[in-house]
Amino acid sequence: MTTTTTTSPAPRARIDWTRPVLWLFAAVLILLILLPLSWLAVFAFTDKNRHPTLQNFVTLFSNPDFLDPLLTTAIIATTSAVICCIVAAPLSWLVSRTDMPGRQTIRALVTASFVTPPFLGAVAWELLAAPNSGLLNQLYRLFAGEDADALFNIYSMTGIIFVISCYTFPFVFVLVANALDTMPGELEDASAILGGNAWTTARRVTIPLAMPALVAGALIAFLQAMTLFGSPAILALPAGFHTMTTKIWSLFQYPPKLELAAAAAVPLLVLTILLLQGQKALLGRRGYSVIGGKYGAPRRVELKGWRWAALGFCLLVLLNPVFLPYFALLNAAFSPNATTLVTPSTLTLHNIVFVFTELSSTQLALKNTVILGAATATIGTILALVIAYVTTRKVIAGHRVLGFLATAPVAVLGVGLFLSYTRPPFVLYGTLWILLLAFLTINLPSAYQQLQAAFATIHPELEEASRILGATRLQALRQITAPLLRTGVIATWCFIFIGVMRELSAAIVLFTSQTKVLSVLIYDLNEGGDLAAIAVLGIAMLVITFAVVLAVNQIPMSGGNSGAKLRNG
Amino acid sequence: MRKPISRRDVLKGSAALAAGTVFASPARAAAPESTAITPGLVAAAKKDGTLVFYSSMDLPVGEKLGKAFEAAYPGIAVQIERSGSERLFQRVAQEFDANIHAADVVNSADASHFIPWKKSGWLMPFVPEDVAKYFPDNYRDPDGMAVTTRLWLSSIAYNTNLVKAEDAPKSFTDLLDAKWAGKMVKGHPAYSGTIMTTTFQIVRELGWPYLEKLAKQRVMQVQSSTDPPKKLSLGERAVMADGNEYGIVLLKEAGQLVEPVYPTEGTPTISGPTGIFAGAPHPNAAKLFQAWLHTRETQQFFVDFTGQYSLHAQVQPKAGRRRLADIKLMKEDPAGVEAMTEEIKTRYAQLFRV
Repeated sequence: MTTTTTTSPAPRARIDWTRPVLWLFAAVLILLILLPLSWLAVFAFTDKNRHPTLQNFVTLFSNPDFLDPLLTTAIIATTSAVICCIVAAPLSWLVSRTDMPGRQTIRALVTASFVTPPFLGAVAWELLAAPNSGLLNQLYRLFAGEDADALFNIYSMTGIIFVISCYTFPFVFVLVANALDTMPGELEDASAILGGNAWTTARRVTIPLAMPALVAGALIAFLQAMTLFGSPAILALPAGFHTMTTKIWSLFQYPPKLELAAAAAVPLLVLTILLLQGQKALLGRRGYSVIGGKYGAPRRVELKGWRWAALGFCLLVLLNPVFLPYFALLNAAFSPNATTLVTPSTLTLHNIVFVFTELSSTQLALKNTVILGAATATIGTILALVIAYVTTRKVIAGHRVLGFLATAPVAVLGVGLFLSYTRPPFVLYGTLWILLLAFLTINLPSAYQQLQAAFATIHPELEEASRILGATRLQALRQITAPLLRTGVIATWCFIFIGVMRELSAAIVLFTSQTKVLSVLIYDLNEGGDLAAIAVLGIAMLVITFAVVLAVNQIPMSGGNSGAKLRNG
Repeated sequence: MRKPISRRDVLKGSAALAAGTVFASPARAAAPESTAITPGLVAAAKKDGTLVFYSSMDLPVGEKLGKAFEAAYPGIAVQIERSGSERLFQRVAQEFDANIHAADVVNSADASHFIPWKKSGWLMPFVPEDVAKYFPDNYRDPDGMAVTTRLWLSSIAYNTNLVKAEDAPKSFTDLLDAKWAGKMVKGHPAYSGTIMTTTFQIVRELGWPYLEKLAKQRVMQVQSSTDPPKKLSLGERAVMADGNEYGIVLLKEAGQLVEPVYPTEGTPTISGPTGIFAGAPHPNAAKLFQAWLHTRETQQFFVDFTGQYSLHAQVQPKAGRRRLADIKLMKEDPAGVEAMTEEIKTRYAQLFRV
């Protein structure tokens, strides 16, 4: 359905470029999503000679080599999602609804866990919890004796679940904290006035209101854990098993079995779409709780004597994704032997000198990563902004389809992307464009959802007033809507930039020597066991990411700090 | 100034190698005339300005080599692409399929890779002067497509802090002892050319049953053959079941607590040929690099610095290091590896679950 709006004749006759521009964006989106999807389908349902067949799926579902990884992935994703919720729920409640000291600091530290790429976290945890050489196990043996069994074994299913949870829980935290931040205080007050004690209020009001966000967070965590490549690629091989993502990656080995890789990506894709639809249904229900009008700020629970204990709990949780791994990386960066504690006498700058003067890929990878991060974030934000505008304002026909496409997670592991851009008509392999398109495709769904939510809060009347006064649609957008959206736009930009920094699953199949990015360089260093070099590069990567996020958030605007409000719908 | 060397000297130099033939001679070989490093070649190479080298040698070693070339010919930047040879092979195929020619020179730890590359016409014939003069025939492609730049071993090793010398394993069969269960680390043949070659030789000498039993020993599986020595020196595992012997030698010389073991059944031997790609984006830099890489000076530096072995007749082993002639070696057979690659990848994945 479409609402045709005729522009009233302006004082000077001008062409309204709006529609062509919007259609152009729509076309870009359609191409971006449908191309990989079509190639994926073609390869999944045909044989080498492109004759239709279901054999690829028969092979997949009858072969333990594929069934085991599928089961492993299901276990890892489910367990990680549960753990993320168990950790993130109390943490977000403490930060958002209590008078715990240091709340802003805790929020910032959660953002730090989000900024840490999962593959870097995996290497840091290798340094900490490899069964014999890990720092924590060395510490444990100081007390338990030389011959004691390892306390932690990171090369295990448990270890992988732990590491994945460390870097996935921020997604849940942000969702739940946002829900709690915007929850009307009156409802809880009403409960209290009616004689409900704190526990009753929590049970009957607060928890039900926060539930949809928590379930949505659990789904996001599940999807993240399911499609993650870096942590399993680094930890699962020594542990002696495959996950779905590492299995698909192994299908790219020579001679590549692209049909099987495409078929293996299909179940992940279908599951993702189903879960996201489920999430939509759930989040849609949130509408019943918040019915317009102005609310008082949410009430803060007074923790009294428990305030410091609460802070202690938060810091204890954050040991895992932030303090311990950062310490391990710093130690390895200055150590002659990655898992020996540095002392003033053994401190060496050798690793730093090696990475920045001898390692020939460093500068190229740094340059490519920053260029791609900034370009993807900028283009992605603009694209998501326009599509969100079209779908919320229902400007052109087929806006529903666009909305669906914008949230389609087609980027499972880059299989479809690889198939799309390594053959005619779009041979982009070997250029930065292929990575740009890949990162765009990967980050578009969450960017779109964030901005759509932002649009939903701005009344169309404002734009319409401007139109009545003779502005074209684009002018109205530029002068009225854009300033109001700044906070959301900056948060989305940061979100995509961080997403590019974290991305390995598609980059690993799409890079060439000239288009290497930091994540791939770190993965390659891990292949050869050069852990100290990884530590140096990883720290550099973190510094760059934090610097960019902070700088972007300094852009003057109304609405305070958006960095802490990264939203992933 | 080099004194001319007779063919007999060359043969004597290579006679120490009990290895098989890496490059079989065809009936009619058509190698091009050999090329010396001339001011003209250097000038043309400097015009190229860059050299992209795909190699699987340990990263610090490879980068050091690149820096030495940059020092010898200022103005040419070397970009080292280090990855396991099997992954490099995959990437080269992926890139050529998409008509991307990013690599100038390639050095692989799996000599069998040069068979399909040569068949596909992907290699450029080029014979440096030193190669024509000082390298044995069976380590050169008769058509000048590649030459064996380096020779190294994949040995057993142990961490001397965790294992007493008298308890250390002496043979591959010793690794099947229950006392080593959960204490070993090894590389992976689907990532590493060294381990692919090693696995082929071990299967040929000891059969699949050996690997079936080894797989039950809960071996820590890493990717590149450059990694096990590092895991050993960290003390992450006590024994290395396979991996670069030169990595162990270098770590030991740097004071780390590791010790190589040359198994009684013989030590798997790997030769790493280097070739220039026909579609090299920097062809002159590639030729200069290939010529420089095989001079006596570079080969001597390489042997001294990396603990690997050279086939250059004039290169002397470094004092204090074990000589190849004193080690019982397993024979190389690239053609055999090529024929068996798929089987090794498949069976290995079944046995070791990854």
